[in-house]
Amino acid sequence: MRKLIGILLIGGFAFYLVTVGMGLFTPESSSELNSIGSEIISTSPDLSGAANTVTAVVVQYRGFDTLGEVTVLFVSALGVGMFAAAIKDGLLKDLFDDDGGFVLQAGSLALLPFIALVGLYIIFHGHLSPGGGFPGGVIIATAVFVVILTSRTLNIPGGLINLLETLAGLSFLAIGFVGLYSPAQSFLANILPKGEFGTLLSAGFIPVIYAIVAVKVASELINIIAKLTAAGSASEEAAE
Amino acid sequence: MTVPQILYVSAFLLILIGLYSMITQRNMIRMIIGLNIADLGVNLFLVTIGYVDKGSAPIFRADAAAGTMVDPVPQALVLTSIVIGFGVTALALTLVMRLFVTHGSIDTARIRGLKW
Repeated sequence: MRKLIGILLIGGFAFYLVTVGMGLFTPESSSELNSIGSEIISTSPDLSGAANTVTAVVVQYRGFDTLGEVTVLFVSALGVGMFAAAIKDGLLKDLFDDDGGFVLQAGSLALLPFIALVGLYIIFHGHLSPGGGFPGGVIIATAVFVVILTSRTLNIPGGLINLLETLAGLSFLAIGFVGLYSPAQSFLANILPKGEFGTLLSAGFIPVIYAIVAVKVASELINIIAKLTAAGSASEEAAE
Repeated sequence: MTVPQILYVSAFLLILIGLYSMITQRNMIRMIIGLNIADLGVNLFLVTIGYVDKGSAPIFRADAAAGTMVDPVPQALVLTSIVIGFGVTALALTLVMRLFVTHGSIDTARIRGLKW
């Protein structure tokens, strides 16, 4: 069975190699952009005011998709919470028995503000340089994850994190509806002043949306991590 | 071979490696790793679609001349794809945790009711 699958996949790869060598399935030349990409690059500085065109696509041109993307992340966090809540077995008991030691625990706490600072920098420069709400939110969640990895018992206020997540989602929708009732009359219209191109305070609502996305991503990830580790160590706490 | 051709072949190879481990492995964690490798292959494929010869990153800078830029649309799509991939991985790992608790194993051959 395993050999058969291997032969099939290698055969498929060989076929693909031959077709690529003949020039099939790949664009003939890659010296120019196609119409959509070149049009977005030419219109995005005036339309969105963001120096980073990828950010302009994510927030300005496809803002509704980003709302859906954040929703997918929310549903995934919901599913993780639902399944992890039913786990009462001490899966990660070894991890929690093995104390990280004083140096690691103190070091992780000392690292936390600096990692969070890098995350904040990446969030607020999302419209100027590579980065934005998604990677920045993940980096902030990483700061908490490093602390949890050293098996320090961290009292994460679940209610506060849920509140932040809810507020972020609602304000995303609220900004969308503000655009709907503004003169522009479209959902998630960029109505804020654009500012000077290429500076920190520019691109209208793009930094605002990215900050909201970052809050949502960071709180959801911290929620997932907290729920998974709580599920792993639940029985241990109950035994004590 | 040109640069995009090498990238297309690498992306296809990554997807096949992921598929192989998803089909043949019995350990569920390895299946999820295979899923992630295939995911990386798809991301590489999407980014390669936007490739332009001697293109720069699609970011406007004051000092740089306005040369050709690569396509920003596939890169934005990949951003979405990475986030969705993360959600799928987290959910799959939680399901594996549940299976380990209820069946005592993450080997698909040892879990009753999963044989086919």
